[in-house]
Amino acid sequence: MTAPVSIRNATKTFGDFTALDDVSLEIAVGEFIVLLGPSGCGKTTLLSLLGGFLSPTRGVIEIAGRDMGDVPPSKRPTTTMFQDYALFPHMTLRDNVAFGLKMRKVGKTERHAKAEELLDMVGLKASATKKPHELSGGQRQRVALARALAVEPDVLLLDEPLGALDLKLRRQMQDELKAIQKRVGTTFVHVTHDQEEAMAIADRIVVMNEGKIEDVGRPEDIYMRPRTLFSASFMGEVNFFPGTIDALTDDAIHIHTALGAVKLPASVMADQNATAAQKITLAIRPEHFRASTGTGPRITLGKAKVEDGAFFGTHHRAHLSPADYPDMIITAHMPQSAIIEPGAWIDLTLDPASVVILPGHPAAKVQEDAA
Amino acid sequence: MISPRFSKIASWVYLAALYGFIFLPVAVLVLFSFQDGRLPVPPFNGVTLKWYGEVFADSRLMSALGNSLMVAIGSSLVACVLGFCAAYGLARYILPASRLQRGLLVAPMTVSYLIIALGLLSTFNWLGVSLSLWTVGIGHVVINLPLCFAIIYASMGDHQKNIERAARDLGAAEWQVMTQISAPMLMPSILAAFFLSVTFSWDEFIIAFLLSRFDVTLPVEIWSMLRSGLNPKTNAVGSVVFLVSVALLLILELIVFRRTAKK
Repeated sequence: MTAPVSIRNATKTFGDFTALDDVSLEIAVGEFIVLLGPSGCGKTTLLSLLGGFLSPTRGVIEIAGRDMGDVPPSKRPTTTMFQDYALFPHMTLRDNVAFGLKMRKVGKTERHAKAEELLDMVGLKASATKKPHELSGGQRQRVALARALAVEPDVLLLDEPLGALDLKLRRQMQDELKAIQKRVGTTFVHVTHDQEEAMAIADRIVVMNEGKIEDVGRPEDIYMRPRTLFSASFMGEVNFFPGTIDALTDDAIHIHTALGAVKLPASVMADQNATAAQKITLAIRPEHFRASTGTGPRITLGKAKVEDGAFFGTHHRAHLSPADYPDMIITAHMPQSAIIEPGAWIDLTLDPASVVILPGHPAAKVQEDAA
Repeated sequence: MISPRFSKIASWVYLAALYGFIFLPVAVLVLFSFQDGRLPVPPFNGVTLKWYGEVFADSRLMSALGNSLMVAIGSSLVACVLGFCAAYGLARYILPASRLQRGLLVAPMTVSYLIIALGLLSTFNWLGVSLSLWTVGIGHVVINLPLCFAIIYASMGDHQKNIERAARDLGAAEWQVMTQISAPMLMPSILAAFFLSVTFSWDEFIIAFLLSRFDVTLPVEIWSMLRSGLNPKTNAVGSVVFLVSVALLLILELIVFRRTAKK
């Protein structure tokens, strides 16, 4: 079972604190949506509104076209997978998974068969008669998934379900989650603060900050064409170059930053309503300073001196200080084969299409996070 | 400078004195219940089971023993159910003046049994309720409810709250959450409360004495036996009471604490 979700102008306040501020979002049938953001950004509040554990102060939530206004959690077509698993400690795995069906008055034989089928799907059929305390963290997580899916919800809500697992297991569970989601076709809404996890599993990522949606899109779009400074800095490392628009033409945009003037194609501008003299920021990913050897359109931001470098396996991560503005520190990822020596000079050459122009200048804190 | 040897001996002596102080009266009671003679005082004349035979042949003692068990189990069940409901309500819902309510629930623990018994006695008189084993049971619920509430409330944590939330999310109604999730999850502490409550009710005297009339509990029956003087038979019945209490504590230890340790 699966259904679309429609969130319109949802606001949730706790006293003076606005946890969720006029959020609207359409989720398609069978989509894997990840709500991504730092703690306190409102992502868990939004999930609780969908699950019915909280009711919105204002706004409407519809699942499968039905207004969820007065529907309690037990009557919603949603189930939740909790961060701490919340398995029933006194029941066997089979009874855990069959619990939702029991509440729906499904007969014993039928619900046990269904429970075993789901335990089989998560690879725990042999442990059906064990109790949760006999399992490892990853196994408990799988039982929680099987239990939530047993009642065939339209929408599965996942509240940072992989947060307690170690890195390797988390990567493995991400793959499994994604595969199971494709198989059952249920709409998944998954909350996390881990941007790599978001990219690994999401059809679409919803970046949230301070109760608002900053950006929505496919992982590729969010990473390569973020729409806000926050979104750019939260999804991986980025360098910000504050600047001003000098002039706009039909196909090009002239900008000057501390590193001099650059001309970029108009298509890299996130905000299409930009005007001359507007404050903007160039966002450049560390791996995009590698264009010096390739062909195609090029722009340059001058030369930079290598301050230090470290080898990360897939790349060298280096800190550079530009010749034109030595106070600025740029993070760059150079190819594995590059020889990075402190004091060496590098051309800051870029493919103009890889640059993103974002409205506004970063606040001091955002710059710090990005550095 | 005290030698280590001396301090070691001193600590053993202290230990022996401590346990002697606690258990000597019980040991004497049990020992003289086997006295082969008419008086439960030294010298010890030899071992006989005659007094136990008399105890079990005494129909009044046996019916008092039955009454005691009935009152203890019945009142403890009621105290546990009420205590669980109160704990669930106060731990899971935001209720008006919940601190005050919690305080009021445990307050009877600080009141002496004599005062509680007197209060109940005048209340029953005023209401025109005649004294019986029922009134004794009500009295025991009054003294054991605070205990059951405190034990069960203390074991209700936030982790279980999330588990209950999961049950609701899967379609369980509130009464199903309570009976199928919360109560089984809290069973170790509910059982602990139950067995402690049974032991307290089992050898409680003052309330049972003041609130009963024709049918009495075992401690009250023993008290009326004592009025005709000490004899090894009173020791024997006292030993039986003690044995049952010990057995209850052992059950508590074995079932409840063993179960919690396993998790």
